[in-house]
Amino acid sequence: MRIPILKLYNYLLTTIQVELDDQTAIQFQDDLLKKIHETGALGVVIDLTSVEIIDSYIAKILGDVVNMSELLGAKVVLTGIRPAVALTLVDLGIGLKGVPTALDLEQGLEKLRQELGE
Amino acid sequence: MMMKNAPSRVEIHNEWDIVRARQSGRDYAKELGFGNVDQARIATAISELARNIYLYAKPGVITIEVIDDQGKKGLAITAKDDGPGINDLRQAMEDGYTTSGGLGAGLPGVKRLMDEFDILSEAGKGTKITARKYLR
Ligand SMILES: Nc1ncnc2c1ncn2[C@@H]1O[C@H](COP(=O)(O)OP(=O)(O)OP(=O)(O)O)[C@@H](O)[C@H]1O
Ligand SMILES: [Mg+2]
Repeated sequence: MRIPILKLYNYLLTTIQVELDDQTAIQFQDDLLKKIHETGALGVVIDLTSVEIIDSYIAKILGDVVNMSELLGAKVVLTGIRPAVALTLVDLGIGLKGVPTALDLEQGLEKLRQELGE
Repeated sequence: MMMKNAPSRVEIHNEWDIVRARQSGRDYAKELGFGNVDQARIATAISELARNIYLYAKPGVITIEVIDDQGKKGLAITAKDDGPGINDLRQAMEDGYTTSGGLGAGLPGVKRLMDEFDILSEAGKGTKITARKYLR
């Protein structure tokens, strides 16, 4: 299972529409980093609207994706995190601290534009 | 949908079994009448316990069953394996303690996600964790 990554100007957009099993999550991490490297994208929006569960393993992968993307020069915004998912992350003691978030794709893009001063 | 009177038993051998176990837990939680947030809590707790079996002690079994304790209804999740056991339970329950480069959030997280949490573990014999959540 592969998660499609779209390029739009200097940004990469991706919507996670599948149940995130471990393989899919790792493959996504690889694909995204490669794509950032290839395209020189400055910003990435990862939309999690359809994701019903984030356990500690997936949270770690998402956190790693954010950090590694920044090392490659791309800012990441996570969008559409469901309230139930946010609450379970708090119970797990994982705040995804320091990771920029926004309500939806549109606001995520807006946030990136502001951060990048475009 | 089938009535969930009988317990569900999911053997954990590989990572797809983790997904199956948590989906089964969500189905039970939904049918019992748990709200959205508690459904996510229960499914997440199962995911953590199943993943621990997969990483440290496979194979093992996740059992999901309805409890009705004198009208107090809920769901009990049991994770059982015959793996290496956990040497220092107190340490394993600490936030951030991990032997696998994880976040060390699983076990303390399950305790907070659920209402009751019991853990029994013996070195060389295995681990049995039971966690319960009640309808309010
Ligand atoms: N079923 C088990 N059998 C043997 N050891 C276990 C078992 N479950 C957990 N452990 C041990 O307890 C430690 C803490 O588990 P916990 O789930 O809290 O964190 P983790 O799995 O290391 O990381 P995370 O769950 O955040 O990805 C593990 O690193 C492992 O050493
Ligand atoms: Mg764990």
